[in-house]
Amino acid sequence: MKRLELPDTEWRRVSPKLVVVDLVGALVFLLATAAGAVVFWLLLDVLWLAIVLAALAICGLVNLILVPRRVRAIGYQLREDDLLFRRGIMWQRFVAVPYGRMQLVDINRGPIARGLGLSELKFVTAAASAGVTIPGLLEADADALRDHLVDVAESRRAGL
Amino acid sequence: MTESSGAALPSNAPQQGVSSARPVVRLTDGEWHRLHPVSPLLKGGFFLIVILGWVVANLRERIAAIFIPQYDREGNPIDYIVSHGYIIQALLIIVGVLIVLIGVFYVSWRMHTFRITDEVVEVRSGVFVRTNRKARLDRIQGINIVRPLVARLFGAAKLEINQAGHDANVNLSYLGSGAADDLRREILRLASGTHAAAAPAAATAGDTVIDRRVNEFLAPLQDTTTPPESIVKIHLGRLIGSMILGTGSTFMLLIIAGIVVWISITGNFFALVIAFPSVLGFGSYYVRRFSKSLRYSISGTPDGVRVGFGLLSTTNETLPPGRIHSVEVFQPLFWRPFGWWEVRVNRASHSRTRGADNQANTTLLPVGNIAEVTKVLELLLPDLVGEDSVAMIERGLRSRGGDDGFTNSPLRAAWLRPLSWRRNGFLVTPGSFVLRKGAVWRRFIVVPQPRLQSVAIEQGPVLRMLRLVDVHLHTVHGPIRAHLDVVDQDAAIAFFDTVATAAVAAGQRDTSHRWREGDAPA
Repeated sequence: MKRLELPDTEWRRVSPKLVVVDLVGALVFLLATAAGAVVFWLLLDVLWLAIVLAALAICGLVNLILVPRRVRAIGYQLREDDLLFRRGIMWQRFVAVPYGRMQLVDINRGPIARGLGLSELKFVTAAASAGVTIPGLLEADADALRDHLVDVAESRRAGL
Repeated sequence: MTESSGAALPSNAPQQGVSSARPVVRLTDGEWHRLHPVSPLLKGGFFLIVILGWVVANLRERIAAIFIPQYDREGNPIDYIVSHGYIIQALLIIVGVLIVLIGVFYVSWRMHTFRITDEVVEVRSGVFVRTNRKARLDRIQGINIVRPLVARLFGAAKLEINQAGHDANVNLSYLGSGAADDLRREILRLASGTHAAAAPAAATAGDTVIDRRVNEFLAPLQDTTTPPESIVKIHLGRLIGSMILGTGSTFMLLIIAGIVVWISITGNFFALVIAFPSVLGFGSYYVRRFSKSLRYSISGTPDGVRVGFGLLSTTNETLPPGRIHSVEVFQPLFWRPFGWWEVRVNRASHSRTRGADNQANTTLLPVGNIAEVTKVLELLLPDLVGEDSVAMIERGLRSRGGDDGFTNSPLRAAWLRPLSWRRNGFLVTPGSFVLRKGAVWRRFIVVPQPRLQSVAIEQGPVLRMLRLVDVHLHTVHGPIRAHLDVVDQDAAIAFFDTVATAAVAAGQRDTSHRWREGDAPA
């Protein structure tokens, strides 16, 4: 089964250090659910809740294993007049947003990402569902990208 | 925000040059103006007076006891006041209360001023907490004139200037009825960027005040200079029929059926108690939908589409060109034998005045046949004109699919859309992106190219096995979600590319924020 690919597209990838950030998140989830399952099974003897938590823990484990691939699947491209963004392996998603549609750009840094010098850039348009959020950019790259986006949006300004 | 805006004024005296809102005064001359003098009453003054009257009527013994310590709460307090010679004091208290009330109303009226310049509309209001709101004219999403029943009796109307965003409207409540029409026309003229000269202010015919009121009351949906002819007339029978057979009724039937089954199985009438709130809910839904669809009119003006409705309280809104972000033509299941359709739109502003479907004025045609839908679509989407477009709309609404100009889903999509796969398709016209879907609940969605915010394609594991893709066209938030599922993979990738390119080009060509910029000066 061939995955979805756009023709003639050179993707810019995000920093591999993002793997660490996502791994920590996935690991916390895994440990919390696993510990909960053990507690409910051995100490409190609530078997059904233990099974639910164990199932969640297994999902967490699968998630953990897939993290590196998922990070590698994230990509973006600055085309002449729009920003192209992709993410996902199983559930793939491609979005194209014209620069002129930009309402604002957000840069967020979580605690772990900040430790690794990473930023997350969010491109906000008037449509709530666009959801273009590029994680795992190096701080300098994110700032440069933000300034670039603001510049090109200004020169290609469109109304709502 | 007290007087910081005063810096922009020629002088620091904000009350200077303020004049009362009358049709004879040009309201768009950039000076500060006041609202209609009955505004405080209409905005809640009546309510306050009624509450006050109720309190006095119920507590008069206690009130009398407060002011007259000797009074022992026996007998009628008014007799007591009269017989003991307290009339002067009582009258003084009443007059004092009245003066305070009038004073409060007067101050709040006096502090509420607005001005309209070539670029912005600005409103200042509030006595203790000052508010100042400034809105750019070229960002106007629509201008709504609302005339509640009581306000109509006073010849007043509320002007709502809608801007994009949540609670971002500029309200001028209330203005004189004629002044509101003039002001809307003038604001739209300034916003359109036209160089045409202003039309002379038209006065409502009638010699006396009473005549003018009556004339305004009888013709509330008409602009005095350009009376637009509604292109659609909704007959009462069709309106009632459409409500009986509409989506709401389908749900109600399901609930009734559920209750009947429940009672017949359990023999327990408790279910009726649970059903009662939903009956109330449906009742208010029907009343609202009915009253908001009465005397419905839609017409085209040089400054956009004008939609009016209402029998006792009327609403009349103008949507300038390029303010409609997507259009959906929808057919509930039971409307099909009659060939009825409903037209809804997505728009960037969210008016406080609710429309026909309890949506924020998003239903532009509550019910209509295919000819009327075509006329409305031509009005809303000026790019869709000519024989080809009429044929395309007809196919978009009624075609069962096949080779009809649309790029439809392949046979393997039948695994996921067993009924509608034949019809499930898209089309790119010179000005719009067109989606068509649904075999049971038929939908036809048009997104004007300059209004598209972004485009996305998505594919999950099941779709990948079938080499299918979901396509999403993102517009501003509203009742319509412009997405098309199970499109052939190669077709979808090509469509994605076309849409991305066309949206950029259309966005750069678009001049609708100043929609009459090119007009020659008159």
